[in-house]
Amino acid sequence: MNALEFMRRGELVRIEKFAPDTMLLEYLRLTEKSKGTKEGCNEGDCGACTVVLGTPDNGRVRYQAVNACILLLSQIHGKELITVDDLARGGILHPVQQAMVDAHASQCGFCTPGFVMSLFSLAHENRKITRQDVVEQIAGNLCRCTGYRPIIDAGLAACDSADDHWHKAQAEMCTKLRAIQGDLFVGDAHSFFAAPSTSEALADLCATYPEATIVSGCTDVGLWINKQMRAQPKIIYTGAAQDFAQIVDHGDHLSIGAGATYEDAFEAFGKISPDLSGLLRRIGARQVRASGTIGGNIANGSPIGDMPPALIALGATLYLRHGKSERAMKLEDFFIAYGKQDRKPGELVWRIDVPKAKSNQIFNCAKITKRRDDDISAVMGAFLFTIENEKIVAARIAYGGMAGTPKRATKTEAALIGKTPQEAMHIVLDDFEPLSDMRASAEYRSTVANALLHKALMQAAGETDLQVHI
Amino acid sequence: MTLETIGKAVAHDSAELHVQGNATYIDDMREPDGTVHVAPSYAKLGARGKITKLDLSAVRNSAGVIAVLTAKDIPAKNDCSPTLGDDPIFAESEIQFHGQVIFAVVAKTRDIARRAALLATIEIAQETPAVTVHDALKEAKPDLLTPYAFKKGNVAKTIKSSTHRISGSFDIGGQEHFYLEGQIAFAIPGEQGAMLVHSSTQHPTEIQHSVAAMLGVDDAKITAECRRMGGGFGGKESQATQWACLAALAAHKTGRPAKCRLDRDDDMIMTGKRHDFHVEYAAAFDKTARITAVDVNLMARCGYSADLSNAICDRAMFHADNTYFYPAYNIATRRLKTNTVSNTAFRGFGGPQGILFAEQMMQAIAIRTGIDALEVRKRNLYARGRDVTPYGQKLRDNISADVIAQLEKTSSYAKRRKEIASYNNTSKILKKGLALTPVKFGISFTFTQMNQAGALVHVYADGSVHLNHGGTEMGQGLYVKVAQVVAQVFGIALEHVAITATTTGKVPNTSPTAASSGTDLNGMAAANAAKIIKDRMAAHAAKIWNVAKSKIVFANGKVKAGRKSMSFAELAKATKESKISLSSTGFYFTPEIHWDRATGTGMPFYYFAYGASCSEVLIDTMTGEMKVTRVDILHDVGRSLNPAIDIGQIEGGFVQGLGWLTTEELVYDAKGVLRTHAPSTYKIPCASDVPEDFRVALYKSKGNVMDTIYRSKAVGEPPLMLPISVWCAVMDAVSSIKPGVVPKLNAPATPENILRAVQSL
Repeated sequence: MNALEFMRRGELVRIEKFAPDTMLLEYLRLTEKSKGTKEGCNEGDCGACTVVLGTPDNGRVRYQAVNACILLLSQIHGKELITVDDLARGGILHPVQQAMVDAHASQCGFCTPGFVMSLFSLAHENRKITRQDVVEQIAGNLCRCTGYRPIIDAGLAACDSADDHWHKAQAEMCTKLRAIQGDLFVGDAHSFFAAPSTSEALADLCATYPEATIVSGCTDVGLWINKQMRAQPKIIYTGAAQDFAQIVDHGDHLSIGAGATYEDAFEAFGKISPDLSGLLRRIGARQVRASGTIGGNIANGSPIGDMPPALIALGATLYLRHGKSERAMKLEDFFIAYGKQDRKPGELVWRIDVPKAKSNQIFNCAKITKRRDDDISAVMGAFLFTIENEKIVAARIAYGGMAGTPKRATKTEAALIGKTPQEAMHIVLDDFEPLSDMRASAEYRSTVANALLHKALMQAAGETDLQVHI
Repeated sequence: MTLETIGKAVAHDSAELHVQGNATYIDDMREPDGTVHVAPSYAKLGARGKITKLDLSAVRNSAGVIAVLTAKDIPAKNDCSPTLGDDPIFAESEIQFHGQVIFAVVAKTRDIARRAALLATIEIAQETPAVTVHDALKEAKPDLLTPYAFKKGNVAKTIKSSTHRISGSFDIGGQEHFYLEGQIAFAIPGEQGAMLVHSSTQHPTEIQHSVAAMLGVDDAKITAECRRMGGGFGGKESQATQWACLAALAAHKTGRPAKCRLDRDDDMIMTGKRHDFHVEYAAAFDKTARITAVDVNLMARCGYSADLSNAICDRAMFHADNTYFYPAYNIATRRLKTNTVSNTAFRGFGGPQGILFAEQMMQAIAIRTGIDALEVRKRNLYARGRDVTPYGQKLRDNISADVIAQLEKTSSYAKRRKEIASYNNTSKILKKGLALTPVKFGISFTFTQMNQAGALVHVYADGSVHLNHGGTEMGQGLYVKVAQVVAQVFGIALEHVAITATTTGKVPNTSPTAASSGTDLNGMAAANAAKIIKDRMAAHAAKIWNVAKSKIVFANGKVKAGRKSMSFAELAKATKESKISLSSTGFYFTPEIHWDRATGTGMPFYYFAYGASCSEVLIDTMTGEMKVTRVDILHDVGRSLNPAIDIGQIEGGFVQGLGWLTTEELVYDAKGVLRTHAPSTYKIPCASDVPEDFRVALYKSKGNVMDTIYRSKAVGEPPLMLPISVWCAVMDAVSSIKPGVVPKLNAPATPENILRAVQSL
């Protein structure tokens, strides 16, 4: 295919020419001139630009809220795009909108369209929802006026089910979306957007255009475009290759396709550890988790990404792919230095194999932030202890925020060997010399990293009567 | 009188538009053909020093760029200051903070303008900036503004000779407004030098005046208009002006409509914030923990220019007593110059910092004496015979004891105090804390002449009403409240009152919508306008029916006198046909208030708003993490004009103040560069920060004792100070580790600051 295609207000929209780095919000406000969707921060942290994308899913349509400001226009290829402008039909407000009015849930109103769309997507999950579900759903939507209570009430009143136009038209919409098929390549060799529909085609294309920017969720690249104003003339998008996002449970380990989003991985990670799914709930917010991928979080080499320390502690193996050739490495070896990863141009982060903790292993992880939800870690620690005869016989400890890369605490790991968790509690973590920045001072990072180690040891020691975490 | 609209929980007038995305903010307006876009820019390196090189040729030569503006392009006055004339629109020879605007690009699109701005070459002969209050104190320069104090009694001697005394110091952080709609203005040139400026501003009159002064034209040539803001919170009181000036200058230069909308990061870097303070104090008290003297110095980071810092620091002093009587005092302030953005108005306007000091001191005395903090607070409350404030105003409406007593009961304070003590005895890592703190907030601009407002009301011959007034809508529900007032006066349904955008063309010489005064002032002004028209209509009805005017009643869309009745619309038509004007302005100024700053005496506030909150927190003593587990609030709004709107202000104010005191941390580096200039690094509360157990009630009031609009009370700012109970509860939780020792807790109580407080024991 050589044109972008998506469904909008029941019609197929086809766009043959566009700058590859056009953002969806820019398209909505400047080209389509739909002004309902707002720009609050232009970096995916406030949710004012939340729109909903529909993806075909077994004869139904799966609706997910995403941030339009850090989503490429072209990422909506093959999807249905719904914005706040579309919800009221025939002069009647959508139940979610009516609930917001009834609960007095808007004041200045600028964030409101984003909240409406987040709640709209929650309603389409069609399940009995709790207050916690609503709170989690809107954690990525900032409101500076209301204090959220009325918005949460509106969510509780309107999100248990969605018996609306979109729900009823699902099967038909699914068919229309399924019809948009094949490898997409719009542009020419100098400027293009490509979205291969299989992982093999994806790997080949990346090898052909090693200079291209590989985009998965665009939650990071979006900032390069919006904030650093870095033009991205050649973009290869991984999201159209469904087999690139596969998660396979092999019994003793999970095999996670690099393109799997946080949302996709949630259930599988929950099987490894409740701490891990708890961690996932605190990475970004639902808009970001619907877009951002496990592979992207590794490939961008962030020293404060939350997944790598957890996966390193679990002993994950990373697979990279260049054309047809594949290589493997321990995940920690991928991170060479700040801003430097062991990835060649044209090479793709391909797959991550994550062993499940064995019966003699205890895994836990924790992150420290200024704000509990949707905040980047000051420190993130992950711990895997192998215990035999009450003694630690192996330890894998990894931290984020403590160095220029996600990193293992190898000295501390060694010091723990042969000790019971109680005996190990006097050990002081001294593997790192962290920096001070806007998230925390070096001193605080060191103290709290040590505290997380000790808490992990307390949990390993089975001090169950002790409340260790808030 | 039958109450039809007053006191009803009517929805915000724009609620249905908000939820559909149909409410038009300035960036949503259709752009006329040829509209140009303005991107201001600054030196990326440097916070203080002479501009040694400014090469904008690459910017100018960039495709799509129409003009590049600097100070040289300003026809008349290069200033957008609200007070002292010290805020240049463009820096000329030197910069005084990182982010100070030096030039602006005008281009066909906003994207082109922003990209082109990156091509500038700017060099600064960098000097070491004074970044913090402590830096400013070290510099041997006069303060930005003259220190000021309220003094009574021999404070030093009383404290020195007292057997019970306490001293302390702590830092209070600033706060970014984070209005969801960033700063924006859209200027449309008209005929003969006229200009219409759409601005997201709390102060259209100041926009009008500053644009006129910049262009060197009469104020009458400029019209400033604002239908709504996507949040203001004080951040658009004085600091919307610069962007309006830039849009107007670009429109003036190019002859085309010009829009200036700041990117979020630029907005956070280029605009002022709540003042951060360093507080040092000493106090003496008697053996019952009752204060005998207070000596406090509140030292504010004002930034590089005056802006509104004088009035803000004054208000910090006006609130350093909160609800407590100080027999002797020295309440001093320093207003310090730093090489940071000029700090500005933010909901509470210095009051929150003053009150936080008072409550920290109460908490510290409680910890030191071992007396429960609530008991310490109660013993120090203003009461009969102890009811004159440090600025000489006698309290006439003091209900703080009753508010506290009611909340103490409904929040089960005593029972929970015991439960928490027993939890803390057994929990090694996690500790709970509880605090109940009051709020007393003075209502009126302390610059007395600003307490005035105007309105314009038309009644059309069909009985519908056009309402306009000088107050601006930033989400607080002012427009709907004033419309309720007018509907009430005319006895008609709210839907027949058309709300219209605030514009200097209809109501002139307005004060900013600030100081919580919006409804008090504009509600009265609009009521006065409506009453003038109603009086004319009543006179005409009396003439038609040949009855006394006093017999005419307006209610339920009808006008009646005994058994005679006609619709409001019929009377409007009849009045018009009899050649009587159905249009009137209305005017109001707050009576009684007066203030003599030189002597520090008078009655600066018409009345006070009261409230109290009780908060419970859980902290992690190993990491400093904190969770608010329950909040109870009782707040006084007098007789509520609209309970739904008022509750919204209370809850929203609480959560905004919660952010100021917990998660929101402004971090500047040693070079004076703000490191937290986006929501990725600056964390305002999100939904999960609001406690699930959040109980909010309005105080059952018989109405304001002063003659305010329908005896209501202002509600915009006072609730912001309610979450001080959260911060004090954190102190309470930390001090449970080592009773008797006052922890050193700074605000905001971030995990790092809480852990430091734990380590300070």
